[in-house]
Amino acid sequence: MHMTNATDMTHTYADLPGLMGLMTGDEKHGPAATSTLDVLWVLYDRVLRVSPERMADPERDRFLLSKGHGPMAYYAVLAAKGFVPVEWLPGFGSYDSPLGHHPDRTLVPGAEIGSGSLGHGLPIAVGTALGLRAQGLDEPRVWALIGDAELDEGSNHEAIAFAGPAGLDRLHTVVVDNSSATYARPGGIAARFEAAGWSALTVDGRDHEALYAAFTAPHPGRPHVVVARVEPKSA
Amino acid sequence: MDTMRDRFAPVVSRLLDEDPRVAVVLAEIGVDGFAEAARRHPDRVVNVGIREQLLVGAAAGLALTGLRPVVHTFASFLVERPFEQVKLDLGHQDAGAVLVSAAASFDWPAGGYTHMAPGDVALLDTLDGWTVHVPGHPDEAETLLRHAVAAGDDKVYVRLSLQSNGRALPVDGQRFRTVREGRSGVVVAVGPMLDTVLAATEGLDVTVLYATTVRPFDGGALRRATQAAGTDVVLVEPYLAGTSTAAANDALSEVPHRVLGLGVGRRELRRYGQVEEHVAAHGLDARSLRERIGGFVGAAVPA
Repeated sequence: MHMTNATDMTHTYADLPGLMGLMTGDEKHGPAATSTLDVLWVLYDRVLRVSPERMADPERDRFLLSKGHGPMAYYAVLAAKGFVPVEWLPGFGSYDSPLGHHPDRTLVPGAEIGSGSLGHGLPIAVGTALGLRAQGLDEPRVWALIGDAELDEGSNHEAIAFAGPAGLDRLHTVVVDNSSATYARPGGIAARFEAAGWSALTVDGRDHEALYAAFTAPHPGRPHVVVARVEPKSA
Repeated sequence: MDTMRDRFAPVVSRLLDEDPRVAVVLAEIGVDGFAEAARRHPDRVVNVGIREQLLVGAAAGLALTGLRPVVHTFASFLVERPFEQVKLDLGHQDAGAVLVSAAASFDWPAGGYTHMAPGDVALLDTLDGWTVHVPGHPDEAETLLRHAVAAGDDKVYVRLSLQSNGRALPVDGQRFRTVREGRSGVVVAVGPMLDTVLAATEGLDVTVLYATTVRPFDGGALRRATQAAGTDVVLVEPYLAGTSTAAANDALSEVPHRVLGLGVGRRELRRYGQVEEHVAAHGLDARSLRERIGGFVGAAVPA
């Protein structure tokens, strides 16, 4: 473990369970707590053009964690990448801690939005993509992470149905699918995005190379969704 | 006379030309008025279709990138239907926007209750930090729209209505204005209620304050008015009766006082018809107001 020094920027993927353990008191975490972990790591480690120093930079990529439940993996990655001091992690959920059981963008360095109520991140991501486009900021990409059950919320479908025909090609969505939706059909997630004109790929949400390839696949003129399948929540 | 809403698209189209931060977000309603502006500023005039959760959520996203979104549809679809987006995507995200509504409490009576939003201001009162403008004339609407857009990253609600007073008064986007001075009570007339209130209080010895910016509530103006006119206060609001009663009570918490809140009733009428018929049904016509105000302040009401 290399996490006693907050300025130590050499954290690796192997450190993440330990960082999560500072919040939960346990280094072993079930699939539900870590469903987003590999997706978040690959994004922050290899895809997103963000850093603690760039949070005021209009040209940075925007990552919006819409699925705000179970944010330990998110905080662990933000700590590993230097956005959040490691010293903050043990206070997780306490009155004086900036780190709640749902993130608050005004309290958490690096968090582009606060979340917790499901179905808010993707519509805000649509507006973020529109706002960047309107200001001629052509480089930044926008990412929203949602859960498969979160897709139940109709607000997502307003965003999906708009973004495809609008050709918002800087917009990206990752759906972490841990089979937690009560009513689902095989392939239904990607199909709904594809019907709205999105580029869609479904990959193993634990396979870092597959995730990276899917995250960086070209999708000219269309928004892009990656469905990252992980172990069922109820397994 | 043209309507407040007739001014909306031209004014905001000019602001789009003048200020590169301004963006307009629509959900089909009002799109025609922005056709020319959309040609000039295709990326800053956005129609999201009939999707009101996205309307407000996308506005929040625009704001988070530094723009100043102006969001418009009927009040019921702007404040009530996407209320959680107003609460979270704007409030909780600490993002600003200008919400501009049309149709008000019953501008389209034949449209029925689905298109009536007498509770919009009361709903916003459950949230922190909203400025609420209720213009009473198209000229005032134009001024207050400009105030709203220029208000940094504030959260501002502008309530446009077909109901209007005959002439505009100067408005500053902050203060109540003293229109008449008396010694036996204070009547606060909000926005388009002013003409009717003036007619209703003709010959009564009451002070009439005119409120076009109701949040923040100008408690200082109310307190000053009560020093000469006494602490019997009547609020006449074009939305849900009693919406500002708590604000008036707070303003007068240091002195014994009485407040009567008049406005649109809570009970669903299930009637169509004309605006005037709904005004009368809610007791907001001059004759009804005169009886209720006169009775409250204890004035002998000349027939």
